Amino acid sequence: MERGLYIAMNGAKQIMQAQASTANNLANVNTTAFRADLEQFRSQPVFGPGYASRVYAMTERPGVDLSAGALETTGRDLDVAINGEGWIAVQAEDGSEAYTRAGDLHITEQGQLLTGKGLPVIGNAGPIAVPPAQKLEIGTDGTISLVPQGGNTTVLAVVDQIKLVKPPKDQLQKGEDGLMRFAGEGNAAPSAEVKLVTGVLETSNVSAVEEMVRMIELQRHYEMQIKMMKTIEDNAAASAQIMRMG
Amino acid sequence: MTTPSLWIAKTGLDAQQTHMSVISHNLANVNTTGFKKERAMFEDLLYQNVRQVGAQSTQNTTLPSGLQLGTGVRTVATEKIHTQGNIVQTQNPLDIAVSGRGFFQILMPNGDIAYTRDGSFKMDSTGQMVTNGGYTLDPVITIPQDAISVTVGVDGTVSVLQPGNPTPSQVGTIELADFINPVGLEPVGENLYRESVSSGAPIIGTPGEESFGKVVQGSLETSNVNVVEELVNMIETQRAYEMNSKAIQTTNEMLGFASNNL
Repeated sequence: MERGLYIAMNGAKQIMQAQASTANNLANVNTTAFRADLEQFRSQPVFGPGYASRVYAMTERPGVDLSAGALETTGRDLDVAINGEGWIAVQAEDGSEAYTRAGDLHITEQGQLLTGKGLPVIGNAGPIAVPPAQKLEIGTDGTISLVPQGGNTTVLAVVDQIKLVKPPKDQLQKGEDGLMRFAGEGNAAPSAEVKLVTGVLETSNVSAVEEMVRMIELQRHYEMQIKMMKTIEDNAAASAQIMRMG
Repeated sequence: MTTPSLWIAKTGLDAQQTHMSVISHNLANVNTTGFKKERAMFEDLLYQNVRQVGAQSTQNTTLPSGLQLGTGVRTVATEKIHTQGNIVQTQNPLDIAVSGRGFFQILMPNGDIAYTRDGSFKMDSTGQMVTNGGYTLDPVITIPQDAISVTVGVDGTVSVLQPGNPTPSQVGTIELADFINPVGLEPVGENLYRESVSSGAPIIGTPGEESFGKVVQGSLETSNVNVVEELVNMIETQRAYEMNSKAIQTTNEMLGFASNNL
Protein backbone atom coordinates (compact mmCIF):
# COMPACT_ATOMS: atom_id res chain seq x y z
CA MET A 1 0.00 0.00 0.00
CA GLU A 2 1.37 3.36 -1.01
CA ARG A 3 1.05 5.73 1.95
CA GLY A 4 2.20 8.79 0.01
CA LEU A 5 -0.89 8.52 -2.17
CA TYR A 6 -3.12 9.01 0.86
CA ILE A 7 -1.13 12.00 2.06
CA ALA A 8 -1.45 13.67 -1.35
CA MET A 9 -5.16 12.81 -1.49
CA ASN A 10 -5.69 14.32 1.94
CA GLY A 11 -3.84 17.45 0.84
CA ALA A 12 -6.11 17.83 -2.19
CA LYS A 13 -9.20 17.32 -0.04
CA GLN A 14 -8.12 19.96 2.47
CA ILE A 15 -7.33 22.44 -0.30
CA MET A 16 -10.85 21.94 -1.64
CA GLN A 17 -12.21 22.89 1.80
CA ALA A 18 -10.03 25.98 1.95
CA GLN A 19 -11.36 26.87 -1.49
CA ALA A 20 -14.91 26.71 -0.04
CA SER A 21 -13.89 29.29 2.57
CA THR A 22 -12.49 31.56 -0.16
CA ALA A 23 -15.67 31.12 -2.23
CA ASN A 24 -17.75 32.05 0.84
CA ASN A 25 -15.75 35.24 1.36
CA LEU A 26 -16.19 36.14 -2.31
CA ALA A 27 -19.93 35.39 -2.19
CA ASN A 28 -20.23 37.83 0.73
CA VAL A 29 -18.24 40.62 -0.88
CA ASN A 30 -21.41 42.79 -0.89
CA THR A 31 -22.91 41.67 2.46
CA THR A 32 -23.32 44.55 4.93
CA ALA A 33 -20.60 44.48 7.62
CA PHE A 34 -19.51 40.91 6.76
CA ARG A 35 -16.24 39.83 8.41
CA ALA A 36 -13.98 37.67 6.25
CA ASP A 37 -13.03 34.20 7.50
CA LEU A 38 -9.35 33.41 7.62
CA GLU A 39 -8.14 29.95 6.83
CA GLN A 40 -4.77 28.28 7.19
CA PHE A 41 -3.16 24.88 6.89
CA ARG A 42 -1.55 23.11 9.77
CA SER A 43 0.76 20.12 9.52
CA GLN A 44 -0.60 17.27 11.56
CA PRO A 45 1.79 14.34 12.19
CA VAL A 46 0.17 10.95 12.52
CA PHE A 47 1.26 9.60 15.88
CA GLY A 48 1.01 5.96 16.64
CA PRO A 49 3.23 2.94 17.09
CA GLY A 50 6.58 3.61 15.47
CA TYR A 51 8.16 6.72 14.11
CA ALA A 52 5.79 9.53 13.09
CA SER A 53 7.05 9.85 9.54
CA ARG A 54 3.79 10.85 7.92
CA VAL A 55 2.49 14.39 8.23
CA TYR A 56 -0.98 15.24 7.01
CA ALA A 57 -2.16 18.71 6.09
CA MET A 58 -5.24 20.08 7.83
CA THR A 59 -7.35 23.14 7.07
CA GLU A 60 -8.57 25.18 10.00
CA ARG A 61 -10.21 28.50 10.66
CA PRO A 62 -7.98 30.23 13.17
CA GLY A 63 -10.30 33.22 13.28
CA VAL A 64 -12.07 36.05 11.58
CA ASP A 65 -10.61 39.16 10.01
CA LEU A 66 -11.82 41.89 12.39
CA SER A 67 -10.55 44.86 10.44
CA ALA A 68 -13.18 47.50 9.63
CA GLY A 69 -14.92 47.68 6.27
CA ALA A 70 -15.41 50.89 4.32
CA LEU A 71 -18.23 53.23 5.36
CA GLU A 72 -20.86 53.82 2.72
CA THR A 73 -23.22 56.80 2.96
CA THR A 74 -26.87 55.88 2.44
CA GLY A 75 -28.61 58.93 3.91
CA ARG A 76 -31.22 56.77 5.66
CA ASP A 77 -31.93 57.82 9.27
CA LEU A 78 -32.00 54.28 10.62
CA ASP A 79 -28.73 53.14 9.02
CA VAL A 80 -25.96 53.18 11.60
CA ALA A 81 -22.34 52.08 11.45
CA ILE A 82 -19.65 51.86 14.08
CA ASN A 83 -16.81 54.27 13.61
CA GLY A 84 -13.71 52.43 14.80
CA GLU A 85 -13.86 49.38 17.04
CA GLY A 86 -16.97 48.01 18.71
CA TRP A 87 -20.12 45.97 18.18
CA ILE A 88 -23.89 46.39 18.37
CA ALA A 89 -25.60 43.94 20.75
CA VAL A 90 -28.53 42.00 19.29
CA GLN A 91 -30.67 39.10 20.46
CA ALA A 92 -29.88 36.01 18.36
CA GLU A 93 -32.56 33.56 17.30
CA ASP A 94 -31.71 31.25 20.21
CA GLY A 95 -32.35 34.12 22.67
CA SER A 96 -28.72 34.70 23.57
CA GLU A 97 -26.87 37.98 23.17
CA ALA A 98 -24.75 38.22 20.04
CA TYR A 99 -22.82 41.01 18.36
CA THR A 100 -22.89 42.42 14.86
CA ARG A 101 -21.70 45.50 13.02
CA ALA A 102 -24.54 45.47 10.47
CA GLY A 103 -26.60 48.53 11.44
CA ASP A 104 -29.37 48.54 8.84
CA LEU A 105 -32.10 49.03 11.45
CA HIS A 106 -35.89 48.90 11.07
CA ILE A 107 -38.89 49.61 13.24
CA THR A 108 -41.75 47.14 13.16
CA GLU A 109 -45.42 48.07 13.49
CA GLN A 110 -45.18 47.16 17.20
CA GLY A 111 -42.30 49.59 17.57
CA GLN A 112 -39.55 46.97 17.93
CA LEU A 113 -36.12 48.01 16.70
CA LEU A 114 -34.69 45.24 14.50
CA THR A 115 -31.57 44.76 12.38
CA GLY A 116 -31.83 43.95 8.68
CA LYS A 117 -31.65 40.26 9.59
CA GLY A 118 -34.73 40.68 11.82
CA LEU A 119 -32.93 40.40 15.15
CA PRO A 120 -34.03 42.69 18.03
CA VAL A 121 -31.45 45.30 19.03
CA ILE A 122 -30.61 45.22 22.74
CA GLY A 123 -30.86 48.38 24.83
CA ASN A 124 -30.48 49.21 28.52
CA ALA A 125 -32.96 46.50 29.52
CA GLY A 126 -33.43 43.90 26.81
CA PRO A 127 -34.77 44.45 23.28
CA ILE A 128 -35.53 48.07 22.38
CA ALA A 129 -39.11 49.19 21.71
CA VAL A 130 -39.87 52.70 20.51
CA PRO A 131 -43.26 54.46 20.57
CA PRO A 132 -44.68 55.92 17.33
CA ALA A 133 -42.54 58.91 16.47
CA GLN A 134 -42.57 61.68 13.94
CA LYS A 135 -38.80 62.08 14.17
CA LEU A 136 -36.25 59.62 15.55
CA GLU A 137 -32.60 60.35 16.17
CA ILE A 138 -29.81 57.95 17.07
CA GLY A 139 -26.92 59.65 18.84
CA THR A 140 -23.23 58.83 18.52
CA ASP A 141 -23.36 56.87 21.80
CA GLY A 142 -26.46 54.92 20.68
CA THR A 143 -28.98 57.09 22.54
CA ILE A 144 -32.37 56.97 20.85
CA SER A 145 -34.33 60.19 21.19
CA LEU A 146 -37.60 61.02 19.48
CA VAL A 147 -40.47 63.42 19.07
CA PRO A 148 -43.62 61.40 19.85
CA GLN A 149 -46.43 61.33 17.32
CA GLY A 150 -48.47 64.47 17.85
CA GLY A 151 -45.97 65.88 20.36
CA ASN A 152 -44.17 69.17 20.54
CA THR A 153 -41.38 69.16 17.93
CA THR A 154 -39.05 71.14 20.17
CA VAL A 155 -38.97 68.53 22.95
CA LEU A 156 -37.01 65.34 22.27
CA ALA A 157 -37.65 62.43 24.62
CA VAL A 158 -34.87 59.91 25.29
CA VAL A 159 -36.30 56.38 25.15
CA ASP A 160 -33.36 54.01 25.30
CA GLN A 161 -29.75 53.48 24.39
CA ILE A 162 -28.41 50.84 22.00
CA LYS A 163 -25.99 48.54 23.83
CA LEU A 164 -22.57 48.99 22.29
CA VAL A 165 -19.74 46.74 23.41
CA LYS A 166 -16.01 46.53 22.85
CA PRO A 167 -14.73 43.22 24.23
CA PRO A 168 -11.10 42.17 23.66
CA LYS A 169 -10.69 40.74 20.18
CA ASP A 170 -9.49 37.34 21.38
CA GLN A 171 -12.75 36.86 23.28
CA LEU A 172 -14.95 37.04 20.20
CA GLN A 173 -15.94 33.99 18.19
CA LYS A 174 -18.05 33.72 15.09
CA GLY A 175 -21.07 31.51 15.66
CA GLU A 176 -22.74 29.27 13.13
CA ASP A 177 -25.29 32.01 12.36
CA GLY A 178 -22.52 34.41 11.33
CA LEU A 179 -22.93 36.56 14.48
CA MET A 180 -20.10 37.13 16.92
CA ARG A 181 -20.36 35.68 20.43
CA PHE A 182 -18.57 36.60 23.63
CA ALA A 183 -16.32 33.77 24.73
CA GLY A 184 -15.94 34.99 28.31
CA GLU A 185 -18.23 34.79 31.31
CA GLY A 186 -21.78 36.14 30.71
CA ASN A 187 -22.25 38.95 28.20
CA ALA A 188 -19.84 41.67 27.17
CA ALA A 189 -20.11 44.88 29.22
CA PRO A 190 -21.36 48.07 27.53
CA SER A 191 -18.59 50.43 26.51
CA ALA A 192 -18.78 54.21 26.32
CA GLU A 193 -15.86 54.32 23.89
CA VAL A 194 -17.82 52.97 20.92
CA LYS A 195 -19.02 55.67 18.52
CA LEU A 196 -21.90 55.36 16.06
CA VAL A 197 -22.40 57.31 12.87
CA THR A 198 -25.86 57.57 11.32
CA GLY A 199 -26.88 57.57 7.67
CA VAL A 200 -23.97 55.25 6.96
CA LEU A 201 -23.54 51.49 6.53
CA GLU A 202 -20.35 49.48 6.83
CA THR A 203 -19.44 47.37 3.83
CA SER A 204 -17.96 43.88 3.85
CA ASN A 205 -14.26 43.81 4.76
CA VAL A 206 -13.48 41.10 2.18
CA SER A 207 -10.60 42.16 -0.03
CA ALA A 208 -11.68 40.78 -3.40
CA VAL A 209 -8.17 40.89 -4.88
CA GLU A 210 -6.68 39.08 -1.91
CA GLU A 211 -9.30 36.34 -2.17
CA MET A 212 -8.73 35.99 -5.92
CA VAL A 213 -4.98 35.59 -5.42
CA ARG A 214 -5.62 33.09 -2.64
CA MET A 215 -7.91 31.18 -4.96
CA ILE A 216 -5.26 30.95 -7.69
CA GLU A 217 -2.66 29.91 -5.12
CA LEU A 218 -4.93 27.16 -3.79
CA GLN A 219 -5.65 26.00 -7.33
CA ARG A 220 -1.93 25.58 -8.08
CA HIS A 221 -1.36 23.77 -4.79
CA TYR A 222 -4.20 21.46 -5.66
CA GLU A 223 -2.62 20.72 -9.02
CA MET A 224 0.65 19.89 -7.29
CA GLN A 225 -1.12 17.36 -5.09
CA ILE A 226 -2.69 15.77 -8.16
CA LYS A 227 0.74 15.67 -9.85
CA MET A 228 2.05 13.96 -6.74
CA MET A 229 -0.66 11.31 -7.00
CA LYS A 230 0.17 10.86 -10.67
CA THR A 231 3.87 10.39 -9.88
CA ILE A 232 3.05 7.83 -7.21
CA GLU A 233 0.87 6.02 -9.72
CA ASP A 234 3.72 6.05 -12.26
CA ASN A 235 6.08 4.64 -9.61
CA ALA A 236 3.64 1.86 -8.84
CA ALA A 237 3.29 1.10 -12.54
CA ALA A 238 7.10 0.95 -12.90
CA SER A 239 7.35 -1.50 -9.98
CA ALA A 240 4.69 -3.67 -11.55
CA GLN A 241 6.69 -3.60 -14.81
CA ILE A 242 9.81 -4.91 -13.05
CA MET A 243 7.80 -7.69 -11.44
CA ARG A 244 6.48 -8.76 -14.83
CA MET A 245 10.02 -8.98 -16.33
CA GLY A 246 11.14 -11.23 -13.49
CA MET B 1 -20.22 14.46 -5.47
CA THR B 2 -20.33 17.50 -3.26
CA THR B 3 -18.01 20.36 -3.97
CA PRO B 4 -19.07 23.12 -1.57
CA SER B 5 -17.09 25.89 -3.27
CA LEU B 6 -19.13 25.47 -6.47
CA TRP B 7 -22.42 25.86 -4.61
CA ILE B 8 -21.17 28.70 -2.43
CA ALA B 9 -20.06 30.65 -5.49
CA LYS B 10 -23.46 29.92 -7.04
CA THR B 11 -25.21 31.65 -4.11
CA GLY B 12 -22.91 34.61 -4.75
CA LEU B 13 -23.98 34.72 -8.40
CA ASP B 14 -27.65 34.52 -7.40
CA ALA B 15 -27.28 37.39 -4.94
CA GLN B 16 -25.45 39.62 -7.41
CA GLN B 17 -28.09 38.83 -10.03
CA THR B 18 -30.83 39.96 -7.61
CA HIS B 19 -28.81 43.07 -6.81
CA MET B 20 -28.59 43.82 -10.52
CA SER B 21 -32.38 43.46 -10.92
CA VAL B 22 -32.94 45.93 -8.08
CA ILE B 23 -30.48 48.41 -9.63
CA SER B 24 -32.13 48.10 -13.07
CA HIS B 25 -35.53 48.65 -11.48
CA ASN B 26 -34.26 51.82 -9.79
CA LEU B 27 -32.63 53.10 -12.99
CA ALA B 28 -35.75 52.35 -15.03
CA ASN B 29 -37.76 54.48 -12.58
CA VAL B 30 -35.37 57.41 -12.46
CA ASN B 31 -38.06 59.67 -13.97
CA THR B 32 -41.10 58.17 -12.22
CA THR B 33 -42.95 60.74 -10.11
CA GLY B 34 -42.93 59.91 -6.42
CA PHE B 35 -40.84 56.74 -6.89
CA LYS B 36 -38.83 55.55 -3.89
CA LYS B 37 -35.62 53.65 -4.58
CA GLU B 38 -35.14 50.07 -3.48
CA ARG B 39 -32.14 48.51 -1.86
CA ALA B 40 -31.19 44.83 -1.69
CA MET B 41 -29.82 43.59 1.62
CA PHE B 42 -27.61 40.50 1.92
CA GLU B 43 -26.69 38.22 4.78
CA ASP B 44 -24.29 35.32 5.14
CA LEU B 45 -25.80 31.84 5.30
CA LEU B 46 -25.34 29.39 8.15
CA TYR B 47 -21.91 28.11 9.00
CA GLN B 48 -21.16 24.44 8.76
CA ASN B 49 -19.14 22.94 11.55
CA VAL B 50 -16.83 20.61 9.64
CA ARG B 51 -14.55 19.88 12.56
CA GLN B 52 -15.24 20.68 16.18
CA VAL B 53 -12.40 22.14 18.22
CA GLY B 54 -10.86 19.51 20.49
CA ALA B 55 -12.49 16.56 18.76
CA GLN B 56 -10.50 13.37 18.18
CA SER B 57 -8.98 13.28 14.72
CA THR B 58 -7.75 9.74 15.30
CA GLN B 59 -7.69 7.62 18.41
CA ASN B 60 -4.42 9.21 19.43
CA THR B 61 -4.70 12.73 18.10
CA THR B 62 -6.97 15.66 18.83
CA LEU B 63 -7.72 18.75 16.79
CA PRO B 64 -6.12 21.93 18.13
CA SER B 65 -8.57 24.16 16.27
CA GLY B 66 -11.76 23.62 14.35
CA LEU B 67 -12.99 24.29 10.87
CA GLN B 68 -16.24 26.08 10.19
CA LEU B 69 -17.15 26.74 6.60
CA GLY B 70 -19.67 29.35 5.55
CA THR B 71 -22.23 28.25 3.00
CA GLY B 72 -22.66 31.45 1.01
CA VAL B 73 -24.92 34.46 0.86
CA ARG B 74 -28.61 35.18 0.37
CA THR B 75 -30.74 38.20 -0.34
CA VAL B 76 -32.60 38.81 2.89
CA ALA B 77 -34.75 41.78 1.83
CA THR B 78 -35.37 44.45 -0.71
CA GLU B 79 -36.49 47.58 1.06
CA LYS B 80 -37.78 50.93 -0.08
CA ILE B 81 -35.80 53.97 1.00
CA HIS B 82 -38.38 56.65 1.83
CA THR B 83 -36.21 59.73 1.59
CA GLN B 84 -37.64 62.91 0.10
CA GLY B 85 -37.31 63.34 -3.66
CA ASN B 86 -36.73 66.74 -5.23
CA ILE B 87 -39.73 69.03 -5.61
CA VAL B 88 -39.99 70.41 -9.13
CA GLN B 89 -42.30 73.18 -10.28
CA THR B 90 -44.75 72.24 -13.02
CA GLN B 91 -47.26 75.13 -12.71
CA ASN B 92 -50.06 72.62 -13.30
CA PRO B 93 -52.72 73.42 -10.61
CA LEU B 94 -53.56 69.75 -10.04
CA ASP B 95 -49.94 68.65 -9.53
CA ILE B 96 -49.45 68.33 -5.79
CA ALA B 97 -46.28 67.28 -4.00
CA VAL B 98 -45.92 66.23 -0.36
CA SER B 99 -42.99 67.94 1.31
CA GLY B 100 -42.28 65.78 4.37
CA ARG B 101 -44.01 62.67 5.65
CA GLY B 102 -47.33 61.34 4.43
CA PHE B 103 -49.07 59.61 1.54
CA PHE B 104 -52.12 60.50 -0.54
CA GLN B 105 -54.99 58.05 -0.13
CA ILE B 106 -56.37 56.53 -3.30
CA LEU B 107 -59.68 54.65 -3.51
CA MET B 108 -59.19 51.48 -5.52
CA PRO B 109 -62.03 50.00 -7.64
CA ASN B 110 -62.42 47.13 -5.12
CA GLY B 111 -63.02 49.58 -2.27
CA ASP B 112 -59.54 49.26 -0.71
CA ILE B 113 -57.40 52.28 0.03
CA ALA B 114 -53.98 52.48 -1.60
CA TYR B 115 -51.29 55.02 -0.79
CA THR B 116 -49.05 57.04 -3.08
CA ARG B 117 -46.56 59.91 -3.15
CA ASP B 118 -47.37 60.62 -6.78
CA GLY B 119 -49.51 63.76 -6.78
CA SER B 120 -49.94 64.28 -10.53
CA PHE B 121 -53.73 64.36 -10.34
CA LYS B 122 -56.13 64.81 -13.23
CA MET B 123 -59.85 65.42 -13.52
CA ASP B 124 -62.22 62.77 -14.81
CA SER B 125 -65.45 63.42 -16.73
CA THR B 126 -67.38 64.11 -13.50
CA GLY B 127 -64.77 66.55 -12.23
CA GLN B 128 -63.34 64.23 -9.55
CA MET B 129 -59.63 64.35 -8.84
CA VAL B 130 -58.07 61.07 -10.04
CA THR B 131 -54.59 59.61 -10.44
CA ASN B 132 -53.02 58.87 -13.83
CA GLY B 133 -54.47 55.37 -13.48
CA GLY B 134 -57.99 56.83 -13.10
CA TYR B 135 -58.40 55.95 -9.40
CA THR B 136 -60.12 58.59 -7.27
CA LEU B 137 -58.41 60.51 -4.53
CA ASP B 138 -59.89 59.82 -1.10
CA PRO B 139 -61.68 61.84 0.37
CA VAL B 140 -63.33 62.56 -2.97
CA ILE B 141 -62.84 66.10 -4.27
CA THR B 142 -65.05 67.25 -7.13
CA ILE B 143 -64.05 70.35 -9.05
CA PRO B 144 -67.13 72.17 -10.47
CA GLN B 145 -67.29 72.30 -14.24
CA ASP B 146 -67.32 76.10 -14.38
CA ALA B 147 -64.33 76.59 -12.08
CA ILE B 148 -61.98 79.31 -13.29
CA SER B 149 -59.08 78.39 -11.01
CA VAL B 150 -58.24 75.75 -8.41
CA THR B 151 -56.15 76.54 -5.36
CA VAL B 152 -54.70 73.97 -2.96
CA GLY B 153 -53.47 75.34 0.35
CA VAL B 154 -50.48 73.92 2.27
CA ASP B 155 -52.96 72.36 4.70
CA GLY B 156 -54.77 70.56 1.87
CA THR B 157 -57.84 72.76 1.50
CA VAL B 158 -59.00 72.84 -2.10
CA SER B 159 -60.90 75.95 -3.15
CA VAL B 160 -62.20 77.07 -6.52
CA LEU B 161 -63.13 80.41 -8.03
CA GLN B 162 -66.41 80.39 -9.94
CA PRO B 163 -67.79 83.03 -12.35
CA GLY B 164 -69.97 85.67 -10.74
CA ASN B 165 -68.62 84.98 -7.25
CA PRO B 166 -65.62 87.00 -6.07
CA THR B 167 -64.96 84.77 -3.00
CA PRO B 168 -63.45 81.33 -3.59
CA SER B 169 -65.55 78.41 -2.33
CA GLN B 170 -64.02 75.39 -0.60
CA VAL B 171 -64.74 72.08 -2.35
CA GLY B 172 -62.83 69.66 -0.14
CA THR B 173 -59.71 68.88 1.87
CA ILE B 174 -56.82 66.58 0.98
CA GLU B 175 -55.86 64.32 3.88
CA LEU B 176 -52.60 62.46 4.25
CA ALA B 177 -51.87 59.07 5.79
CA ASP B 178 -48.67 58.15 7.62
CA PHE B 179 -47.30 54.85 8.93
CA ILE B 180 -45.04 53.95 11.82
CA ASN B 181 -42.99 51.79 9.45
CA PRO B 182 -43.36 53.12 5.87
CA VAL B 183 -40.67 50.64 4.74
CA GLY B 184 -43.20 47.89 5.47
CA LEU B 185 -45.69 49.17 2.88
CA GLU B 186 -46.23 46.76 0.04
CA PRO B 187 -45.52 48.29 -3.39
CA VAL B 188 -48.20 47.15 -5.86
CA GLY B 189 -47.14 49.03 -9.01
CA GLU B 190 -48.69 52.14 -10.58
CA ASN B 191 -46.81 54.17 -7.93
CA LEU B 192 -49.17 52.74 -5.31
CA TYR B 193 -48.53 51.07 -1.96
CA ARG B 194 -50.78 48.86 0.13
CA GLU B 195 -50.96 48.66 3.89
CA SER B 196 -49.35 45.48 5.23
CA VAL B 197 -48.97 43.80 8.60
CA SER B 198 -45.52 45.27 9.07
CA SER B 199 -46.40 48.82 8.03
CA GLY B 200 -48.98 49.15 10.80
CA ALA B 201 -52.34 50.90 10.50
CA PRO B 202 -52.52 54.28 8.73
CA ILE B 203 -52.59 57.44 10.82
CA ILE B 204 -54.75 60.00 9.01
CA GLY B 205 -54.07 63.69 9.44
CA THR B 206 -54.12 67.18 8.01
CA PRO B 207 -51.10 68.25 5.92
CA GLY B 208 -48.74 70.52 7.80
CA GLU B 209 -49.98 69.47 11.24
CA GLU B 210 -48.13 67.25 13.71
CA SER B 211 -45.68 65.07 11.81
CA PHE B 212 -47.37 65.42 8.42
CA GLY B 213 -45.65 67.18 5.55
CA LYS B 214 -47.09 70.14 3.73
CA VAL B 215 -48.71 69.82 0.33
CA VAL B 216 -47.30 72.04 -2.40
CA GLN B 217 -49.48 72.95 -5.35
CA GLY B 218 -48.05 73.20 -8.88
CA SER B 219 -45.16 70.90 -7.98
CA LEU B 220 -44.30 67.23 -8.23
CA GLU B 221 -41.93 65.07 -6.22
CA THR B 222 -39.33 63.45 -8.44
CA SER B 223 -37.94 59.97 -8.02
CA ASN B 224 -35.34 59.77 -5.22
CA VAL B 225 -33.06 57.51 -7.29
CA ASN B 226 -29.51 58.83 -7.42
CA VAL B 227 -28.20 57.85 -10.85
CA VAL B 228 -24.52 58.09 -9.96
CA GLU B 229 -25.03 55.92 -6.88
CA GLU B 230 -26.84 53.30 -8.96
CA LEU B 231 -24.09 53.30 -11.59
CA VAL B 232 -21.42 52.79 -8.92
CA ASN B 233 -23.53 49.99 -7.44
CA MET B 234 -23.81 48.47 -10.90
CA ILE B 235 -20.02 48.42 -11.41
CA GLU B 236 -19.54 46.90 -7.97
CA THR B 237 -22.18 44.24 -8.65
CA GLN B 238 -20.71 43.38 -12.01
CA ARG B 239 -17.23 42.87 -10.56
CA ALA B 240 -18.58 40.82 -7.66
CA TYR B 241 -20.45 38.68 -10.18
CA GLU B 242 -17.30 38.17 -12.23
CA MET B 243 -15.31 37.16 -9.16
CA ASN B 244 -17.90 34.61 -8.13
CA SER B 245 -17.98 33.13 -11.60
CA LYS B 246 -14.17 33.04 -11.44
CA ALA B 247 -14.50 30.97 -8.26
CA ILE B 248 -16.71 28.49 -10.12
CA GLN B 249 -14.28 28.42 -13.04
CA THR B 250 -11.31 27.80 -10.74
CA THR B 251 -13.06 24.98 -8.92
CA ASN B 252 -14.06 23.50 -12.25
CA GLU B 253 -10.45 23.65 -13.50
CA MET B 254 -9.25 21.95 -10.32
CA LEU B 255 -11.70 19.09 -10.74
CA GLY B 256 -10.87 18.90 -14.44
CA PHE B 257 -7.18 18.71 -13.67
CA ALA B 258 -7.78 15.85 -11.26
CA SER B 259 -9.90 13.85 -13.66
CA ASN B 260 -7.54 14.42 -16.60
CA ASN B 261 -4.31 13.62 -14.80
CA LEU B 262 -5.27 10.63 -12.71
